Amino acid sequence: MQLTRRSFLKLTGATAAAATLASVGLNKASASTIDPLRIKYTKEYTTICTFCGVGCGVVCHVRDGVIVNAEGDPDHPINEGTLCSKGSSHYNISYIYDEKGKPKPNPNRLTHVLYRAPGSSSYEEKDWDWALDTIARRIKDTRDQNYVESVNVDGRQVTVNRTEAISWLGSAFCTDEENYLFHKMARAMGVINIDHCARL
Amino acid sequence: MTNHWIDYQNSDVFINIGGNTAENHPISMKWIEKARETKGSKLIVIDPRISRTAAVADLYVSIRPGTNIAYLGGMINYILSNERYHKEYVENYTNASYLVNEDFSFDEATGLFSGAEDDPARNATKYKTETWQYQRDEEGNPLKDPTLQDPNCVLQLMKKHYAKYTIDNVSKITGADPEALEASYELYSSSGEPGKAGNLLYAMGITQFTHGSQNVRACAVVQLLLGNIGIAGGGVNAQRGQSNVQGSTDMCILYHIVPGYMATPQQATHPTLADYLEKETPASGWWTNKPKYFVSLLKAFYGDNATRANDFAYQWMPKLDGRDHSHIALYKDMGEGKVEGMICWADNPAVSGPSAANKRNYQKNLKWLVSVDLFENETASFWQGPGMDPAEIDTEVFILPAAAGYEREGSKANSGRWIQWTWKCQDPPGEAKSDLWIANEMFKRLQALYENEGGVVPEQITKMFWDYDGLDGEVDIVKVCKDINGYRVADGSLVTNFVGLADDGSTACGNWLYSGYYNNYDQPATKNRNREKEGIGTNLGWSFAWPLNRRIVYNRGSADLEGKPWNPDAPVIWWDETQQKWVGNDIPDIPGSWTLEQSTESPFIMLPEGVGRLYSHSALKDGPMPTHYEPAESLVPNLFYPNATYNPVSQRFYEDHTVETDEERERYPYIITTCRVVEHYQSGIVTRNIPWLNELMPELFIEISEELASELGISNGDVVAIESKRLFKDGNQSSIEAKACVTKRLKPLMINGEKKHYVALPWHWGFKGMSTGAVANDLTASVGDANTAIPESKAFLCNIRRAG
Amino acid sequence: MAQLICLIDASKCIGCRACQVACKQWNQLPAEATTFEGSYENPPRFSAQTWMKVVYREHEEDGNVVFLMSKQGCMHCTDAACMQACPTGALYRTEFGTVNVDTVKCIGCNYCVAACPFNVIGFDRLTNKAQKCTFCYDRLNAGLQPACANACPTGSIQFGDYRELIDQAQDRVDELKAAGKTNATMYGLDEMDGTAMLYVLADKPEKYGLPVDPQVSLQTRIWSALFKPFRVLVIVAVAFGLWVNRSHSKKIEQAKSEAK
Repeated sequence: MQLTRRSFLKLTGATAAAATLASVGLNKASASTIDPLRIKYTKEYTTICTFCGVGCGVVCHVRDGVIVNAEGDPDHPINEGTLCSKGSSHYNISYIYDEKGKPKPNPNRLTHVLYRAPGSSSYEEKDWDWALDTIARRIKDTRDQNYVESVNVDGRQVTVNRTEAISWLGSAFCTDEENYLFHKMARAMGVINIDHCARL
Repeated sequence: MTNHWIDYQNSDVFINIGGNTAENHPISMKWIEKARETKGSKLIVIDPRISRTAAVADLYVSIRPGTNIAYLGGMINYILSNERYHKEYVENYTNASYLVNEDFSFDEATGLFSGAEDDPARNATKYKTETWQYQRDEEGNPLKDPTLQDPNCVLQLMKKHYAKYTIDNVSKITGADPEALEASYELYSSSGEPGKAGNLLYAMGITQFTHGSQNVRACAVVQLLLGNIGIAGGGVNAQRGQSNVQGSTDMCILYHIVPGYMATPQQATHPTLADYLEKETPASGWWTNKPKYFVSLLKAFYGDNATRANDFAYQWMPKLDGRDHSHIALYKDMGEGKVEGMICWADNPAVSGPSAANKRNYQKNLKWLVSVDLFENETASFWQGPGMDPAEIDTEVFILPAAAGYEREGSKANSGRWIQWTWKCQDPPGEAKSDLWIANEMFKRLQALYENEGGVVPEQITKMFWDYDGLDGEVDIVKVCKDINGYRVADGSLVTNFVGLADDGSTACGNWLYSGYYNNYDQPATKNRNREKEGIGTNLGWSFAWPLNRRIVYNRGSADLEGKPWNPDAPVIWWDETQQKWVGNDIPDIPGSWTLEQSTESPFIMLPEGVGRLYSHSALKDGPMPTHYEPAESLVPNLFYPNATYNPVSQRFYEDHTVETDEERERYPYIITTCRVVEHYQSGIVTRNIPWLNELMPELFIEISEELASELGISNGDVVAIESKRLFKDGNQSSIEAKACVTKRLKPLMINGEKKHYVALPWHWGFKGMSTGAVANDLTASVGDANTAIPESKAFLCNIRRAG
Repeated sequence: MAQLICLIDASKCIGCRACQVACKQWNQLPAEATTFEGSYENPPRFSAQTWMKVVYREHEEDGNVVFLMSKQGCMHCTDAACMQACPTGALYRTEFGTVNVDTVKCIGCNYCVAACPFNVIGFDRLTNKAQKCTFCYDRLNAGLQPACANACPTGSIQFGDYRELIDQAQDRVDELKAAGKTNATMYGLDEMDGTAMLYVLADKPEKYGLPVDPQVSLQTRIWSALFKPFRVLVIVAVAFGLWVNRSHSKKIEQAKSEAK
C-alpha cells in the first residue's frame, strides 16, 4: 500500500532559527555534502515488523522496486514511528552496506533451491519444478507406506486416516493465510505430528 | 493478551514477571513510560537478574528461577489475608462463592490433590477429577455461598491452600529479600481498589516450566482477585515473542487443535462427527456454538465434497491416537525411527528445541527433510553440526528459499490479537518465493500425483478443497482470506462475522475467530488504518481484532453490577439505560440480546459457569489450584511439600535424563536459565545474518555473578565451558562454550539459609549464519509441562568452568 | 546553543539500541566486526562507521546495583573544540546550530579527532576524512527528526525546541531528585557553553562514562587563536606532512605485502 498521508514533524521556525544564528564559525558546507533527502522520490509501503509480537508498523521506501530505507511508521498507533534495534534493521535482511557505504545484497540470503543428496557434504542448486515434484513424491511414498486407515478401539473399528511418519512444523514467522494453508494441507495428508515454535 | 499494547497507558501498576519486556518487546516500554509520565504509574519487575527491564523498574525483586508459583502464591496469600481483593468483583464475577465437593483435599505431606493415581504409561501421577468438581443441586446448577464463609467455598479453600505462602516462607524458597517481597505485594495489590488497574505481563519465564500452565493460572488468579480482568489497563498479558505467533496459534499449527481452538478428533472419544459434537460441545457458555464452527471448518476443508450424507467429510480428518504428538514427543518418535520425513516452515528446532544436540542426532533417522527459510538454518544443515559425519548421514535435504516479511503480503496477528495487514514492498531475491506460493504449489503437485496414480486413501488429498490460483498463475491470497473469513456456500458471498455461521453445511469458514477480518473485498477490516482521535486507545478503526474486533476481552468486568465503569477515566463499556444495551469504547463482550442481569450473571461468556475461575475444576491436569513444585532439576527439596519435589504430573519423556541424585547435584551445582537479548531473535537465523545486529551482540555469552566468577577464577571475557547432564549423556560434545559476562547484575541467592548460584545464557546462537556460537538448547532437558509439554528451559542445572 | 536540540533522558533509556541501528540504517553505515569482551557495549569506540552508541555502566553502592544506559555520540557543542582545531574550516556550524564535517574541505589531519573532549569523532582511513554524527542534517533539512530520536521507543531521545526541552529537562531532574535520585543532573546546559545533545542523568556524569568537566584544551585554544589565521600556510604544511606520511606508509605496506 502506498501511503498518502505523512506526519512530518513540524519544524516551525527552523529557518528563522538559522537566520538568528550568530554562532562562531558558521559557514556554508560545500554543495556535495548536502545531498537531497535520500528517500525523496521513493514509493512508501507499510509492513508489519517481522520480529516480536508487538506488531509495529514499518515504512519501507522503495526505488525502482528495491528497498532503500526502512523506518518506523509514524501513522501506526502502536509504535508511532519508533522501533527497536531489530525493527530498525529490516533493510539488512535483503541488503547490507559494504565498507564504502555501497549497498549489496545480503550474501547469505537464499536465492535458489538447494539440495543435499544422501551422504553428501555439500548442497547443490536445483530448480523449483524438480524440487516440488521430488518433495511431492517423497511425501506420497512415506505417507502410502506408513498409513493407518482404521484401528480397533474397544471392539469397534474406527476410521483414523493418519500417518505418524511425517512431522510438520509451521511457523510464527509466516502470515495467517500461510499458516492456514499449512494446517489444511497437513491434515489433508493425514499428518498428526504438527507443532511449531509457539510451544518452545 | 486479554488486553493490547496501547492499553498499557491505562495501567496504574505493572508487574513484569517471567518476562523481560524492555528487551523482548521494547515498544511496550513506550506505553509503560506514557503511563508513568501521565499517571505516575509504577513498574515492578520480578526476575532473577537485573535485565534491561529491571534496570528501569520502580521496584525490583530477584527470585530464583523456577519459583514463580511460590512468589505468586505469596501474593495470593497477601491479598486474601489483608483483604486487598476487589470484593464486589470477586463476589460476583468469579467462582469465589462456589462450593466444591466435600471430598476435595490437598495433602501437604505428599503434595498431591485428592484423586491422584499412578500413571504407569508415563511413570508419573495422574488425577481423577471427580472430587474437584462443584457441588450441584438436582438440576445441575452449582451451589454457592454468597457470604464466602462455607469452608468448602472456593475462597476459603484458597485461603487454606495458600496459608503457608507467607513472606518468610516465600523468601526462603525464592531467595527474595523479604522487605522487597512485601513491598511488591503491597504495591501490586493496590490495584485491587475499584477503579485502579494492575497489568500483569509475562512471557516465557512463566510458561517454560514443568508447571508452566499453573504459573499462568497463578497469574490469572491474582488478576481475578484484584478485579483486573476486562478493565482498561488490566489483563493477563502474555507478551508473545514472534510477529505472528498469535496467528500461527490461532491457526493451530499444533497437533491437538484445529483452527479456532477446537480439539483435534481423538480415535477413542470421537469416532464419528456425532460423537465429536456431543462430547466437545458444553451445555452452556459461548462454546455451545461449536457445531457451527466445526462443521463450517469441515466445509472450508472439503468444500462440495463435505456433505451431510458423508458427515461433512469427517472421516478424512485424521484422528489422534491419544498420545502426545508435540515437539518433544514427535522428536522422540523420530529418534525411534518412526518418522521418515519432516517439513519445517521457517522453523529451526535444531536450535530452539530442548536437548537440541540429541534432536540433531535423531534427524539422522529422517529419509527426507524440507526446510523453508530465508537463510540456511541449523535444522536443514544438522549434518554439518558438531560431531556429525556427513558421509554417514543419508538424509536428503531440500532447502526452499522464502520471502522476507516485506517481500510478501498477508495478515499477522500481534500479541493483542490485532490482525494487521502487511504489504509487499519488493520481490524476494533470486528465485525465492513466498511460503504461500510454495504451499500452494507443493499441494497442487501432491494432489495431481494422487489423482494420476492413486494411493492409500487418495480421497483425503484429492477431495480437499484447494483452489487458490490467481488469474496470473500466481497464488491469489484473497481466495485464502475468503476461506478463512467464511462464506455462504450457496452464492460464495462473504459472511459478516461468525454469528452468520451455521452447522448445516450452508456456510464454510476456515477459522471462526477470524470471521469478520475479511468480510468485504473493497476495504476488509484487516486493512483498516484509521487511528482513534479520542478514546481509551482501543483504536477500533485500526485493523481487526478477534473476536469481533474486540480489544479487551471479558470487558463486562470493567463495569459494576449496575453497568457503570469502575474507572470513569478509562471507561471500556457501560450500560445505556435509554437504549437498554451496552455501549462504549470497545465492542462489548456480551451477546447483543442480553439484559443487564444476564450479562452480570455471566461476565465470562466463554466459560460454562459464566464467571472467572479462581479455582479450576477441570481445565488443567495437574491440580485445581497452582501449587509450588520445584523444577525437574533443582538443588533444593520442596520446602512446602518435601515428598513432592517437582510437579508429579509433569511429562518426563526419557529415563535418566535429569539430575536426580545428590552426587549429580554436586556435578552440576549451578542453576541456569536461558534468556534472550533485544539484539537477536529466537534461534537467531535471521538476526545472526544481520550485520548491524551482530555488531551489537557478536558472540554467545553467559552472565555470571562476580562472586561465582571469582570462586571459579573466571574473568570477564574469558571462554567458559558449560556442561549439563544432557551433553554428558547423549551429546556429540561434552560441553559448550561461551564468553563470560561477569556482572553485578546477578547475585547469588540465599535459599533456606544456603547460598545458591545461578547463571543466565541467551539461546540465539547456532553453527550457521554470519555470527556463530554454541547452541544453548543443547543443555536443556526434554521434560515438559503437565498440560502442554512445553519444555523447561528456564530452570535447570549445569556446571561451568574456565575453558582450556 | 542550537535552536533545535535533542534531549537525552538517560533515566528512560532501556538500552535497546534502536538509535544505534537507526543511525547506521539512515546514514548507510556498514556494521563493524566486533567481539564480545564482557559488556553489552559494542563497538568499543566511536569510528567513521559508528557515530553514536549506547553506553552501559554497572555500579554498586551499599548493596544497591544500578545498570545505567545512555545514548552517546557527538554533542554538537557551542564551544566546539573540533571547530577550533580544524585548520581548514571543514568542521562548520550549520544553520541549525549543529556541527558538521564538510568532507570536501577535510584534509584528514585528525586534529579534530584529537581535540574532541568526548572522543566521538571517527576517522575514515579509506577516504582519509573525519566522520561523525551530522545530527541527521539531511533529515532536518527535510523537516524530519534525527533517525535516533525517531526510533527511540521510550522518549529517552526527544527532538525539539531548546527552550521547551530545557524546561522539560529541569522538571525531570526535579522529579528524579524527588524520587530519591539525589545526584540527578542536567548535562550539556553549561558544558561546552551548551550542547545540542542535552542530557538528563539519573546519576553523576562520570557514572555514565561522560567527562566531568569537558573543556576545549589549552593547546587547541592557543592553536586556534595564534596559528589558524595563517591557515593557508598551515594547510600546505599539513598537506605536505600527510603526503610524506602517506607515501611512507605506502612503502611500509608494500614492504609488508612483499614480505608475505
